[in-house]
Amino acid sequence: MSERTIEIQKTRTWKTFIFQWEWFLLLLFILICGINASLSPYFLSFDTFLNAPMNFLDKAFLVLPLMMVIVLGNIDVSVGSIVALSSVIMAVSYNAGLPMPLALMLALVVSTLCGFINGFLITRFKELSATIVTLSTMIIFRGIAYIILEDRAAGKFPEWFSFLAWGSIGKLPFIFLAFIAAAVIFGLVLHRSRFGREIFAMGNNSTACRYSGIKTDAVLMKVSLLTGFMAGITALFLTSRMGSTRPNVAQGYELDVIAMVVLGGVSTAGGKGRIGGPILAIFIIGFLNYGLGLVNISAQVLLIILGLLLILSVMIQNARFLKRNQKSARPLTIKS
Amino acid sequence: MNSKNALKSSERFRELGLLIFIIVLSALFQLRNPSFLTLANIKDLLANTAILGILSIGMMMVLLTRGIDLSIGATMALSGMVCSLTGIAYPGMSPLVSILQGMAIGLVVGSIIGILVAYFNILPIIATLGLMNIIRGLTYLVSKGKWVSAYQMSEGFKNISKGTFLGINNLVALAIIIFIMFYYFINYTRTGRFIYAVGSNPDTADVVGIPRKRIICMVYIFMGVLAGLAGVLWVSKFASAQGDTAVGYELNVIAAVVLGGVSVSGGRGKVSGIILGTILFGILANALPLIHISPFWQQAIQGIVILAAVIANVLMKRSNDKSALKKRVI
Repeated sequence: MSERTIEIQKTRTWKTFIFQWEWFLLLLFILICGINASLSPYFLSFDTFLNAPMNFLDKAFLVLPLMMVIVLGNIDVSVGSIVALSSVIMAVSYNAGLPMPLALMLALVVSTLCGFINGFLITRFKELSATIVTLSTMIIFRGIAYIILEDRAAGKFPEWFSFLAWGSIGKLPFIFLAFIAAAVIFGLVLHRSRFGREIFAMGNNSTACRYSGIKTDAVLMKVSLLTGFMAGITALFLTSRMGSTRPNVAQGYELDVIAMVVLGGVSTAGGKGRIGGPILAIFIIGFLNYGLGLVNISAQVLLIILGLLLILSVMIQNARFLKRNQKSARPLTIKS
Repeated sequence: MNSKNALKSSERFRELGLLIFIIVLSALFQLRNPSFLTLANIKDLLANTAILGILSIGMMMVLLTRGIDLSIGATMALSGMVCSLTGIAYPGMSPLVSILQGMAIGLVVGSIIGILVAYFNILPIIATLGLMNIIRGLTYLVSKGKWVSAYQMSEGFKNISKGTFLGINNLVALAIIIFIMFYYFINYTRTGRFIYAVGSNPDTADVVGIPRKRIICMVYIFMGVLAGLAGVLWVSKFASAQGDTAVGYELNVIAAVVLGGVSVSGGRGKVSGIILGTILFGILANALPLIHISPFWQQAIQGIVILAAVIANVLMKRSNDKSALKKRVI
């Protein structure tokens, strides 16, 4: 549907300012915080606000590149497996005697390589949808993790490694600062750089972009590499938080991350979205999770809620998208 | 005309290749482990592959419309769990009612997905990923985290998979009946042909007046019903229902279908192909443990097989298109 109409102009009026998706998200966030606060008197303290995010911020590093992927109109379901594979390789190589800094580097190299494989397959075999490519690499990457570690766990990292997830600089947790830095960089790249503009343009019309001289394959490849790299970063923080690793870590991360991106107002049709939305969505889902933990609701209910959130937010986005298109876009007419 | 022939012959070549591959593979497995080609093992293999086959026909239709369904493993778990729980509550229930109940659950799930994909324009992968988690969560809620074990199930329920029909195992017989039904439906009815039309060019399908949305919705409903049925069969076969029954089984199904030459970009694929694909996949799943390959290798092997099959499909299509272009008379 989305390809057949062209949005002629985009005006910023007070109306579009008020009806921004982000306000809705902010409202949702405040609502969840309110509910949490009524459940636990300790919730509304500075410490909780700073420390609760430590439990979910590792995923957040994946939300940023995956937003790029979805803005491009693609999808990547292999990220959870990349996290698992690079985490497993890091742990195994460290236990085999590699110094920890080198093991960290190795994890990042492996994850970037995984991203490269995805990117290579996507750009080389254009007939295949990104869905099927990343679905099969998802199985392969996790399969390799299983081959390496079978059903064992690996760990016993040096003391300083736990600093990544648990340490803090002053009063601020390190992971929180790292995430803010990453978010700022990704925000700037997406909204203030030529590369970011190319991503949005390709999300709107990839063919037109290729004909107007954008190296579309290179953009796809860069985004895949970035996704792989950030999956490595996630692996570092996740492994540091858990202290050990198994081949089944980060299972289902792809759902969480895609749900966060889509809830953040990024259209799955591509070409639409702002970095603020997904960032808010990270905290919404994170604090929702935290609140459910407070009232002792099982993880299965969270699965249901997450699935519902994903589908509902896509439905709302689609409805908004169609409505706006009907209003502002005139169909192109060809005079003969 | 020429290009059409070339296309046909290459598709036949593909199936022949698959068949030869199956034979060679079986011979190799036989050399490694002589118990592979025994009647008992072949019977076992077919019974194990039957459920995969039933699901693969549904998945083929979904892939034909350019869709994908990741929720079938969860649907199987839900239908299996609910049916075995009702089986415990009403021990005298006829197994046929259990099967119908499972299919009804699948029908509901499939309709939800179909409506979401067809009428709300949600990407299939996102709709089914969401539904997968919702249904999986529901299964845990329904079972309250407990398992249903063999001793709790009635004999009638377990006999669904153990009984025979005309000397063939029920599962295999059921799979054969379903294959014949859908073979007729897909190839010889108007609605069946519409599935191909919608997949190979949605815009054209719209222009010609094919009820595209209805077809897409229908495909997911079929998939759901088959998954519901498969769930009951699965639980009856393994005589245990758990919250994590058939986790990730959708990937096996997709792998089998893709191996059978169904294109993930829609519009291409044949029932005869997926029969071969399913059997090949069944052989792989059955024989890898027989020749002592560690179970930890299986996931990676499975992934590589999917990727290789998908890429082989693409390369085949490219060379087809190229030779079709060469043969065109200007």
